[in-house]
Amino acid sequence: MKQVGPFRLDTGEPSGAWTLVVSAAAILAAFVAAGGIFWAYGLNPIHAYAVIVHDTLLAPGAFPEIFRPTIPLLLAGVGLVLAFRAQFYNIGAEGQLLAGTVAATGVALFTPIRGPATLPAMFAAGFVAGALWGLLPSVLKLRLNVNEVITTLMMNYIALYFVSWLVTGPWKGPSVRGFAYTDQFPASAWLPLIPGTRIHWPTLVLGVVLAAAFAVLLARTRLGFAIRVQGENPEAARYVGIDALRTTLLVMLLSGGAAGLAGVGEVAGVHHKLLDPNQVSLGYGYTAIIVAWLARGKPLATLITATLFGLIYSSGDVMQVSLQMPFRVTSVFNGLILFFLIGSERLLAYRIRWAPAGAPASAPASAVAPSPPSGEDP
Amino acid sequence: MHPASAPSALPSVPPSAPVRLAVNEITKTFPGVTANDRVTMDVRGGEVHALLGENGAGKTTLMNILYGLYQPDAGEIVIDGRAVRIRSPRDAIAHGIGMVPQHFLLVRRHTVAENITLGLAGTRFFLPTRDVERQINAFAERYGLRVDPRAAIWQLSVSEQQRVEILKALLRGAGILILDEPTSVLTPQEATQLFAVLRRMKEEGKSVIFITHKLDEVMAVADRVTVMRKGRVVDTVPVAMTSKSQLARMMVGHDVDFRLPARRPGTGAPALIAEDLWVQSDRGLPAVRGVSVVVHRQEIFGIAGVAGNGQRELVEALTGLRPVDRGRLTLGGRDVSRWSPRAMSKLGVAHIPEERVRMGIVPPMTVTENAILRRYEEPPFSRGPLMDYASATRFAQQLIVEYSIQTPSPRTPARLLSGGNIQKLILARELAHRPDLIIAAHPTYGLDVSTTDRIHRLLLERRDEGAAVLLVSEDLDEIRILADRIGVMYGGELIAVMPAGTDRGTIGLLMAGQRP
Amino acid sequence: MSWLIDVLIRGVAFGTPLLWGALGEIYAERAGIVNLGVEGMMILGAFFAFAVAQVSGHPVLGLAVAAVIGGSAALLHAFVSVTLRANQFVSGLALSMLGLGLAGLLGRGWEGSPLRTPLPELSVLPPLGALLAIVLWILLYHTRWGIILRTTGESPAAADAMGVNVSLVRYLAVIFGGMLAGVAGGFLSVAYRPSWTEGMTGGIGWIVVALAIFASWDPLRAVGAALLFGTLFHLSFRLQAWIPPEPLQMMPFAFTILVLAVTARWGARKWQAPEALGLPYLRGER
Repeated sequence: MKQVGPFRLDTGEPSGAWTLVVSAAAILAAFVAAGGIFWAYGLNPIHAYAVIVHDTLLAPGAFPEIFRPTIPLLLAGVGLVLAFRAQFYNIGAEGQLLAGTVAATGVALFTPIRGPATLPAMFAAGFVAGALWGLLPSVLKLRLNVNEVITTLMMNYIALYFVSWLVTGPWKGPSVRGFAYTDQFPASAWLPLIPGTRIHWPTLVLGVVLAAAFAVLLARTRLGFAIRVQGENPEAARYVGIDALRTTLLVMLLSGGAAGLAGVGEVAGVHHKLLDPNQVSLGYGYTAIIVAWLARGKPLATLITATLFGLIYSSGDVMQVSLQMPFRVTSVFNGLILFFLIGSERLLAYRIRWAPAGAPASAPASAVAPSPPSGEDP
Repeated sequence: MHPASAPSALPSVPPSAPVRLAVNEITKTFPGVTANDRVTMDVRGGEVHALLGENGAGKTTLMNILYGLYQPDAGEIVIDGRAVRIRSPRDAIAHGIGMVPQHFLLVRRHTVAENITLGLAGTRFFLPTRDVERQINAFAERYGLRVDPRAAIWQLSVSEQQRVEILKALLRGAGILILDEPTSVLTPQEATQLFAVLRRMKEEGKSVIFITHKLDEVMAVADRVTVMRKGRVVDTVPVAMTSKSQLARMMVGHDVDFRLPARRPGTGAPALIAEDLWVQSDRGLPAVRGVSVVVHRQEIFGIAGVAGNGQRELVEALTGLRPVDRGRLTLGGRDVSRWSPRAMSKLGVAHIPEERVRMGIVPPMTVTENAILRRYEEPPFSRGPLMDYASATRFAQQLIVEYSIQTPSPRTPARLLSGGNIQKLILARELAHRPDLIIAAHPTYGLDVSTTDRIHRLLLERRDEGAAVLLVSEDLDEIRILADRIGVMYGGELIAVMPAGTDRGTIGLLMAGQRP
Repeated sequence: MSWLIDVLIRGVAFGTPLLWGALGEIYAERAGIVNLGVEGMMILGAFFAFAVAQVSGHPVLGLAVAAVIGGSAALLHAFVSVTLRANQFVSGLALSMLGLGLAGLLGRGWEGSPLRTPLPELSVLPPLGALLAIVLWILLYHTRWGIILRTTGESPAAADAMGVNVSLVRYLAVIFGGMLAGVAGGFLSVAYRPSWTEGMTGGIGWIVVALAIFASWDPLRAVGAALLFGTLFHLSFRLQAWIPPEPLQMMPFAFTILVLAVTARWGARKWQAPEALGLPYLRGER
């Protein structure tokens, strides 16, 4: 406990409001830092942000555009929240998403499934493909203790080159001479849009449903309890006989599957064909990591965080079009926000309280551990 | 070989010896507790000064302040008459303070010489360990601390590792050496050897601060003793002018009840039968080697031994956490050699794990969630795939009352509880379902007297109700107070089984591996 | 024969950035800090090396600037993971994102034109890299500094208790690692492929992180590991006559997974990760 003027610095459980304040401050700080970079780049940051705010939020027809990138971020992000809760650092949502696009394309172009069954079949295939793509790293981690951060990353690159091989080689559309695309999907494989926008709403609904379902899973079910025990203290999970392999595999199936669904949405709702992997996914799988991190283990919070990063993506579009900056600028935003977020995490352990000198200390009961607080890093 | 019976080699230090180190009115608070409350004491040159107190009395905090690991909130430290500030271990070393911590700070994969070189100033840049190896050998000779400078730490026994820590401090020219509970990891014989080393250091005029909670050791080796209780100094007295019972009174604040409970050696039916049990360590080496034992109902079977002699692996095998390599394990007439922890628990095996925070609870989860950890997938705590947290909370509230667990609410994260309350929570959970076999590993390690007493009573109660109890403890006193029969583990084998009341010396020799 | 020599020479050329990057990562991890920002530091190094070399006409100056840039980027990671004790994996990812973004932002307009004064690819950095590996090996295992560095990564508490400034050692090791990563990136843009394209590191930075593990954190083994991976890269390039390029480009990544699995399964105990790798250190916490 530290007394600073009339305030006292307590350590303890971060409250929801305090978490929100710290997170918002971190994001704000990231924007200020990005403004500094714009300025160095020769752009007036105030002008830049004014243009961004206008073109993403206020201009006619702009607002719904935020939700196009929000959809894949939400699906992949909510899956990552689950993985992170099990302390599985899945960095492979990008690859799992791409696996989903491949499976969906396979169903749309190379199976006889047509009519109303097409889209459900595509989603199912995409989920399975994404789930399977996450399987190898989880098995390697649990059986051989191979660091999942690196293996999931490697799987991303394998998926990337796999898709790029497909679209330049075996799946290259006979009707698109010269381009690295597949043929366009049949109409039954196109997702419906909200009229007047480009939002493929079934995928959005799927994302919201999944966020709610994962929230219930964690808070109310036996599997959720096991996941939390496994994630918070693997030794305790072993002690009570929770099967780590089973729990983690289930988590990774759901996590990879969610990312796979995001991939289905991109090909069935946006592109209507499979194309160069860097155009199918604009790094959604990586940004989803920040979406999940910012959600701090709460699936429903991804509804907000994914929208925030949807906004950043559409800002990237705006900056490309109106300010002539490369789209990579979104990576700058992403990197800065992530830095400030984890940098601010130390603050969450503290609470500032109004405690003028002389007021009785509302010290916690004698139940509080006498040792100095131990680190609880995620 | 009782430490207390070892003759004191030297007369007490004359009171005229100069004060080397003094602490005045040191205060240190942590959230919720005052670990040191205006602590004042002094240590003279050529003196072994014992710092006596229960766990949690504030001894270790005081020493960490002296070693620069914590900063005091108030008070001053005086060395050789000059007030000093010790901001880091580096400062402490510069002032001639050396520390042998309870948990050694050695790099397991480095050699002895590399570990010691790290702290020495003025070694050569290239191949610095060469000269150091010579120095180590010289010091080892002088103080009787033999150790191979080129051996890797992980190859050494615990008492050899302690020698490395002592050498480390001595080579850096420490004139004031702090030893934190140095005998907790030693056999009585190894402890006697250590005392000889301490006397040698005393002869050379060094000051030794010896932290302990064992009265016998104070009487055996110390010149003066400072007793601490609940963060405060009770008194400092010359050992020659006090007695064990007086020290005990000062330490715990009331007369210690030495009355022992009634014994029930092997009267009940056999509950657990292990036959020629072999279990591997994490490294794949045999850690338990052919242990055969029968634990009866209505009996506490105590296993004594220095840590690292296969106790952990034995406990893990008995609870299903570690596969049985060879041999047979029978529980209630059934072969359970290949059973999972979950199946063992359902059969009625309770496990009080050695590392209560690392294994026994999930620290960020609530008291309620930790209370149902063992049975979360059974009714009434879950129905089908869903959890029923309402009945979980009711269950937790019941345990909180029944076991007097101090917690602000059942929704409090378990990590905010004190060590004693965490242990009570674990016991409450494990004993709630009336187990037939209780496996308790170091159940009172580091806990205060009243909690220890409470836990002892709980174990005795359950024994009297018919449970079989296997108690693994490094604390010989605990074993001797509770156990109806006493086994000693050494090198993975159960080398002897003795009746209750066997004296410490006999057990100590066995713990050191001297077979009967 | 000449075919084999040719393959080896190309292997050395491609192995060079891997070696420099891996040596840096090994030192950072020996101090206990994982830096997943290698990809970001490399791409920044690549861009700045190219830009400086193009403007000044001195590729070596470009490399020097790349080292400074890489070190500065690493300083950010050190601050977040050492001083703020944040999650090192996430901090490294953030650094990679930021580096890729900044390089993309700054590098626009520099794309397309070849470097006027390229560095012959086998002239400076490959032999220097081998020499550096030897020097770093001697430093690590046979000097005072080596003991301090290794202890910091194995047991920061032990180092602290012996008066070592753990944070300082970790800062220096991470910054040094960043400098080498910057040079590794610079090699790509001033020697290996003397030009600047956005995203030209193409995931090499991640392979570097895996190489540090594969080399069991030993500078001399890193030489062999880098040569092996470099040769593999080149072979996959050669096979393009018969096999389409994409499956071959996958190879190094698939091989990395395989190598990690094999190392984990059959690697000797002696060659394990530093014990405190990835763990923040706070005095008094055991």
